[in-house]
Amino acid sequence: MKLLNHATAYFAGLLLLVISGWAALFYFNMLDEIYDSMDDGLENQKILVMQKARQDSTVLLQRGFEAGYYSVREIPKGQALPRTDLYQDTLMYMQNEKDFEPVRMLTTVFRQGHRYYELRLITSMVEEDDLIEDLLYSLLWLYVGLIASILVVNNLLLKKIWQPFYHILHRLQRFRLEDAQPVPVQKTSIAEFQLLNQTVEELLRQNVATYQSQKAFIENASHELQTPLAISLNKLELLAETQPLQEEQLLQIGSIMENLERLTRLNKSLLLLSKIENRQFGQQEEVSLQKLLQKALTDFSDQIAFKNLRVELDAPQDVTLLVHPDLAAMLVMNLLKNAIVHNVPGGFLRISLSQTALRLENSGKEQPLPPDQVFARFYKDAASPASTGLGLSIVKAICDLYGYSVQYSYGQGHVFTVNFTS
Amino acid sequence: MKILVIEDEPQMQATLVRSLQQEHYLVETASDYDSALEKVALYAYDCILLDLNLPGGNGLALLEELKKQQKTEGVIIVSARNSVDDKIQGLELGADDYLPKPFHMAELHARVKSVLRRRKFEGQPLVQLRNLQIDPDRHQAWVAGQELVLNRKEFDILLYLVTNKDRLVSKTALAEHVWGDYIDQADNYEFIYSQIKNLRKKLKDHGAGVEIQAIYGIGYKLVSP
Repeated sequence: MKLLNHATAYFAGLLLLVISGWAALFYFNMLDEIYDSMDDGLENQKILVMQKARQDSTVLLQRGFEAGYYSVREIPKGQALPRTDLYQDTLMYMQNEKDFEPVRMLTTVFRQGHRYYELRLITSMVEEDDLIEDLLYSLLWLYVGLIASILVVNNLLLKKIWQPFYHILHRLQRFRLEDAQPVPVQKTSIAEFQLLNQTVEELLRQNVATYQSQKAFIENASHELQTPLAISLNKLELLAETQPLQEEQLLQIGSIMENLERLTRLNKSLLLLSKIENRQFGQQEEVSLQKLLQKALTDFSDQIAFKNLRVELDAPQDVTLLVHPDLAAMLVMNLLKNAIVHNVPGGFLRISLSQTALRLENSGKEQPLPPDQVFARFYKDAASPASTGLGLSIVKAICDLYGYSVQYSYGQGHVFTVNFTS
Repeated sequence: MKILVIEDEPQMQATLVRSLQQEHYLVETASDYDSALEKVALYAYDCILLDLNLPGGNGLALLEELKKQQKTEGVIIVSARNSVDDKIQGLELGADDYLPKPFHMAELHARVKSVLRRRKFEGQPLVQLRNLQIDPDRHQAWVAGQELVLNRKEFDILLYLVTNKDRLVSKTALAEHVWGDYIDQADNYEFIYSQIKNLRKKLKDHGAGVEIQAIYGIGYKLVSP
């Protein structure tokens, strides 16, 4: 729910409560006032009737309400003396309405000479149900009117007031650390928004700075490590060419070189991982997976032949992905390499490509791997000490970068599945 | 053949110089941007090895300078930065090749020779060693005038080993050169051996005057006894 509508919903609830409360209060106050005024009227009529009765004794003979608004009846003295004025609501048949309608009645007593009379006066009263109905309708219109005005105010005024907020929200939504574009801040006179703008601005600036320095660090680390590695490797190569060297010494040199090469690969892979995770591969283009797979299989053909692997490629349709071409190659190469290196001689390798997924199944150790660990850095099979343990981490990092998912499962063999739609 | 090595790291420079001198090149050095610029302006070289991170300036600026002076030296960028941007920019500025550090000496020699061959022997691009002749561009080889039929991998191995003749070539260097960079991390390079075996047999059958020796623990060496 949008912020503005959220506020409106609360307003609507609160207004309903306040208006209902107010309506009840208003209704009772009004009723009270009406009774008061009616009773005053009855009191006045009482005096008028008593004056009239003194001049015209026929008044005392009015037994019923037939044509008037009062009735008189003689009562014994003993009954009359304890009486006081009594106001009450009662029903009376009304000719015009053809129905019993509520009336207000004053019952009082008076003395004329030595006789005591009971006088009853009536006046037509407010019809309460009609009053409630009218009041309810009026209130409903008031309520609707208020909500409508709140909506109008929200949509016109508040939207305008919240404009800087939506501006910054939109900006954050499109913010990319790898190509941070300076966007002008929208000027605002509201203190909170000024603070928000400042804070976000500062936060972004710091993030960009951190990102830049990390990027620089990666490049520097690469440079600093690669150079001593290069020197050591090349010096060993020179050493290996000096004569005379015995076989034992050559073997030692070869072993040191292998370790240095492994160190180089580790360094390269770690840097690559950092670069992927830091999203330093921005450029994207359409890459054909079918072609990539065929090329990779050609590149690995000698290793496949050496291990005598049965390869089945099932890629009936081409699939293109919008990715960095080097990363796409890295993804396919690492998956394929993994499936070949950890395969057994004479084993199988099944590759299937569909619009939604790339699936590789290979024979290997007949034992499932821990699915939660295979993609972790430096997880590796103890039987292959030369592997860096980073190949599948790189696969995972590339998948994460593009929002693909990669899973390991164990069926006839080890299965790695990359889903392009997550 | 005159080669200029522009490299600020003294040990790296010394190693490069020594290895290049073994190939009987005339090698000169420069350790910073200014001295490199001076040497490039004064003398002509057949090939320049250029490090990008130099005291006093960026190697890419030197490339621009060479372009401005219309020099036609073959330039190989040798950089530890291994950045795709540098590579693209360098090649656009007229560099012939880009070699990321660390590299194998065998790979450097192969690249240098390839640059020299392209610069110097236009129209006469054959590599000759004893009775063995190789045409790198057309992927053909002959022994005493008779064609040696090789598959792509065998040809690449032969050319690489001939380029690095009498030099120890490690298995890794050979694998990376012939099978591509992605071949690294392969748990062993035994698959190389079957190709070498076939190649040896073909060379022997044709009576070639060269021989591929296996150096136990390291790799191979091509000699011409």
